[in-house]
Amino acid sequence: MSEQTIQLGHGGGGLMSRDLIQSEIVTRFGGGMLKGLPDGATLPMPAGRELVFTTDSFVVQPLEFPGGTIGDLAVHGTVNDLAVCGAVPRWLSLSLILEEGLPLSTLRRVLDSVKRTADDCGVSVVTGDTKVVARGQCDGVYINTSGIGEKMDEFDLSAGRVSPGDHILVSGSVGDHGMAVLAAREGIRITHGVVSDTGPVHRLVQASRPFARDVKFMRDPTRGGLASVLNEVVEDQAAGILLNEAAIPFSSGAKGVAEMLGVDLLQVASEGRMIMIVAASASEAVLSAWRSLPEGRDAARIGVVTDKKGRVILETLTGGHRLVDVPRGELLPRIC
Amino acid sequence: MKYIDGFRNPAVAKGIRATVDSLASGLQSRARPINIMEVCGSHTMAIARYGIRDVLPGNVNLISGPGCPVCVTPTSYVDVAIALAERGIMVVSFGDMIQVPGSVSTLAECRSRAGRIEVGYSPTRAIELAEANPDREVVFLAIGFETTTAPVIAMVDQAIGRGLKNLSLMTAFKLVPPALTALLADPEIRIDAFLCPAHVSAIIGADAYRPFVEQYKVPCVIAGFEPLDILYGIQGILEQMTQGKADVVNHYSRVVTAQGNLHAQTLMAKYLEPVDAAWRGIGVLPKSGLGLRAEFSAYDAEKKYGVTVALGSENPACACGEVLKGKRRPPDCALFGTTCTPEHPVGPCMVSTEGTCSAYFKYLR
Repeated sequence: MSEQTIQLGHGGGGLMSRDLIQSEIVTRFGGGMLKGLPDGATLPMPAGRELVFTTDSFVVQPLEFPGGTIGDLAVHGTVNDLAVCGAVPRWLSLSLILEEGLPLSTLRRVLDSVKRTADDCGVSVVTGDTKVVARGQCDGVYINTSGIGEKMDEFDLSAGRVSPGDHILVSGSVGDHGMAVLAAREGIRITHGVVSDTGPVHRLVQASRPFARDVKFMRDPTRGGLASVLNEVVEDQAAGILLNEAAIPFSSGAKGVAEMLGVDLLQVASEGRMIMIVAASASEAVLSAWRSLPEGRDAARIGVVTDKKGRVILETLTGGHRLVDVPRGELLPRIC
Repeated sequence: MKYIDGFRNPAVAKGIRATVDSLASGLQSRARPINIMEVCGSHTMAIARYGIRDVLPGNVNLISGPGCPVCVTPTSYVDVAIALAERGIMVVSFGDMIQVPGSVSTLAECRSRAGRIEVGYSPTRAIELAEANPDREVVFLAIGFETTTAPVIAMVDQAIGRGLKNLSLMTAFKLVPPALTALLADPEIRIDAFLCPAHVSAIIGADAYRPFVEQYKVPCVIAGFEPLDILYGIQGILEQMTQGKADVVNHYSRVVTAQGNLHAQTLMAKYLEPVDAAWRGIGVLPKSGLGLRAEFSAYDAEKKYGVTVALGSENPACACGEVLKGKRRPPDCALFGTTCTPEHPVGPCMVSTEGTCSAYFKYLR
């Protein structure tokens, strides 16, 4: 029997659509608010709390890579955006754009990973949509997720609160996701290869909640990596940042691929890491709280905030200093 | 990675820095700073990445040389590549080439307008694409110094062996020794020593530098690309200067031999011959490039499609040649920061993100 595939009819709104939704979506997400497939989700407003709302689209190629799938990313990306805004992630929407010809087995694996990661993150998929486009009009699966979270009052986050002497923390090795995807896309196989770090950061936020007053800034360094996030923080601010290269955690797999392709890991995406700027007095406490979690096992203090206005400087392994630049465009390997 | 980490050891770096400091202070009596040119683009990148300029004594100055093949590829080459893509030919390129501006556009812009531009990490990608698309013409943008030339020619050897007819090369291969000779031929040159390339030397061998070291009496040290390699290379140069010597010293003996890679040299000689080549911002240097021999013209895209990369089409106001020779500083160029910026570079020193002009624009302006 040949493999079952997605057909244009699965997006036509008729019986085929209904069957697909019933067998693939409702079976996984059909409890709770999705029951009966209403046109929209009716959510209880938390009394006296602010809400945080965010959205993100996912178009990664390949759809499956070492460490995860586009489904993991679609949940983690939105959950992490909520978490670093100081919110407890609660509800997700899930919109799928499927390409005609997509193997049903691939869709199932992607949806399984959406389900597994959503459960792990304590969020519910409460509304969604599925469209099918003709072959060649998208690349297998595109996913959009939007998310709503409840803001935790304790956090008061803004780049403006960052001041000289604060510490920069990172929750684990940086650049693994970008290198894992690039290696998978280009068929680069190395022993002890690089695995994506795709994962949630909301537990790291929870763990730092007791020290929330001292937390100035949180962000997950996705596209553009550590370099982009830190440059954004100090842009138009009176403060700057000094990083210590020897303290920044890198996995050996990511380093291997980055060395081969000549890319700077500081500019490469992670999908399950957090950067925090915190008052020096609280940094040890946050680090030890993080390190007690599996996702924060390799957390490290990687730098300090300085008074060098707007500049992100790296103290290198040789003891020299260099400017950490924002990546210009797409990530391109060098030939020389 | 443990192997590489050994060449980045902070404690060892500190020790070499102390030696460099003491050698440099012994050379303080010189009338002007010691100008060392790092020839190779990868050295330039590593020097920037590890902040090596910052740890050198005040009287030791590093000048970035013409050794970034992407940066010295002339604008007219990019123009021709774009024209071929616009004719429906599939163009396969190394990644960093696609952002380099031609006279009006880049390959990346051409791709966004539906030109078929493929980025390959290895030259063999061109063979894969030519075989997968037998009804299409495929052109590989064959740029690079000796290091890159060798694997590209190995690919051509394979393609010819497989009888591929829809694949050809646009060659802009460059040679390091003629470029160094051309720089030194200027009587006003202010370069005191060369930090010679690592991987180019692996192909051509350490002995390739002997003729011009003997002629121009300039110390040369071949160094690897790790931070300790570079610091140790600078130490080697200062040692020669202290002793008043000018020799070729190979500090990268874990990879580079005196004769180089003879197999690669044989293969390159079979398919290629020396040609005059245009260097962006510098001009045409005699016999400083390699082109396909006449008997392989079926694989020469310029001949196959009747296109020509114009020699000498560079902006005459660009002072990169002078910057490269240490005679002028970037802000002394009329184009610097006005016509020529990192977003719209004119010469090679601005094209490379760590080129002398680009670095000056970013860090010092």
